[in-house]
Amino acid sequence: MLIPILTMSIMGLLFGLGLAYASKIFRVDIDPKINMIMRALPGANCGACGMAGCANLAEAIAHGKADITACAPGDQKVYNKIAEILGVGIKVRKQKIARVRCNGGKRSSDKYEYQGLKKCAGVNLLAGGNKECRFGCMGFGDCINACPFDAISLNENNIPVVDGLKCTACGKCVQACPKKIIILENADNKVYVKCLSQDKAAVVKSICPVGCIGCKICEKLSGGVFIVENNLSRVDYSKVKSDTPWQAVIEKCPTKCIVKT
Amino acid sequence: MDLTMFLSIIIGAIFINNFILSKFLGLCSFIGISKETKPALYMGVSVTFVTTCASIITWAIYNFILVPFHIEYLRTIAFILVIASFVQLVEMVIKKFSHALYRTLGIYLPLITVNCAVLGVAVLNSEMFFKPGMNALTSFTLSALQGFCVGLGYILVMLFMSGIRERLELCDIPPSFKDAPIAFIIASLMSMAFMGFSGFRF
Repeated sequence: MLIPILTMSIMGLLFGLGLAYASKIFRVDIDPKINMIMRALPGANCGACGMAGCANLAEAIAHGKADITACAPGDQKVYNKIAEILGVGIKVRKQKIARVRCNGGKRSSDKYEYQGLKKCAGVNLLAGGNKECRFGCMGFGDCINACPFDAISLNENNIPVVDGLKCTACGKCVQACPKKIIILENADNKVYVKCLSQDKAAVVKSICPVGCIGCKICEKLSGGVFIVENNLSRVDYSKVKSDTPWQAVIEKCPTKCIVKT
Repeated sequence: MDLTMFLSIIIGAIFINNFILSKFLGLCSFIGISKETKPALYMGVSVTFVTTCASIITWAIYNFILVPFHIEYLRTIAFILVIASFVQLVEMVIKKFSHALYRTLGIYLPLITVNCAVLGVAVLNSEMFFKPGMNALTSFTLSALQGFCVGLGYILVMLFMSGIRERLELCDIPPSFKDAPIAFIIASLMSMAFMGFSGFRF
């Protein structure tokens, strides 16, 4: 009776002591700042910063590998706290927002009638989607399901609308969209072209009433703020001046694909 | 110790007596970490490493401590003790020497500490190979091999399962069947398929 009790106790004791000793030898010193930053971060582990989780981002920030404003859902309070922990200057991040760069939806014509699984990823596998426009939104709402903040909904034209107050620019919808028509942009830039079609004018006109036809009216009116490349207009925000005639450009656009938020 | 013995252990541990699908061991990690292929593979590699090492360590404990003191009946407790301490030690070592490795494999080690598959290998080895008449070297080689092959079988099934579940994400499943219920149904179908390896016995 004594032998089994003794052997087991001694084994347990030896292993315990061994582990205690090993934990001393193999001790890894962790920077206390990492834990402090970790506590300052939202802790949602959403992955929007591109890291596996908040712990990884905290480490990257503490080692200077990531910017203190790298946390997408975090607000200015979070950045201020991190700046205080690291003893660096406060930094203001330009607020970003997800924008849906298509206005077609119900108004653009269909290529075929789709009967399968109601998901963008599914319909996209079948001949590149059910829309004649190969750049356009198919409107099955993968982005809505992907959004962790409930910020996206479909409007009456079957086009997703992002609620600017709820959007944290986490980028989940950008990843979910098979057509890549949701793009993160600076929220300060109010005017944008709500189309990504690079088709020629004749093609666009035949399949979608609100697509960009690359007519260059905006380019001439704005004095180079709008740039037309590959039959598609875009805004070069670095050239924006205080007297850029936004209103005139928006009104003169023949297909009304330039919008202001 | 001949080639047939090796072959029968390899094929037996990977397919016929697959730990997950035939012996139903290690099911919690099987359901829990099989949602994506990459974590499933890493978990499988960690399990393989631990089962191999655990086989070797438990062989030593059994032959050099339990047998001389005639307390073979305490093997379960002794095996739990050594496996748990061993996994803890490995975790510490990995954390110290390779941070990248720790982040890919190390996070699964606490899960393996109390994984029944690892203990299952040790107990199975002790039943199959740790017999009094057996040559020490033979039983050592065979149990290490069996530990390794059980891990391989685990990786195989984890990869099957995670591959299927990744595709399931795109399927239209009734809401009440999503996640765990459909995973259990798939597991049972796979288990029946694996029964084919052992042949049907009525």
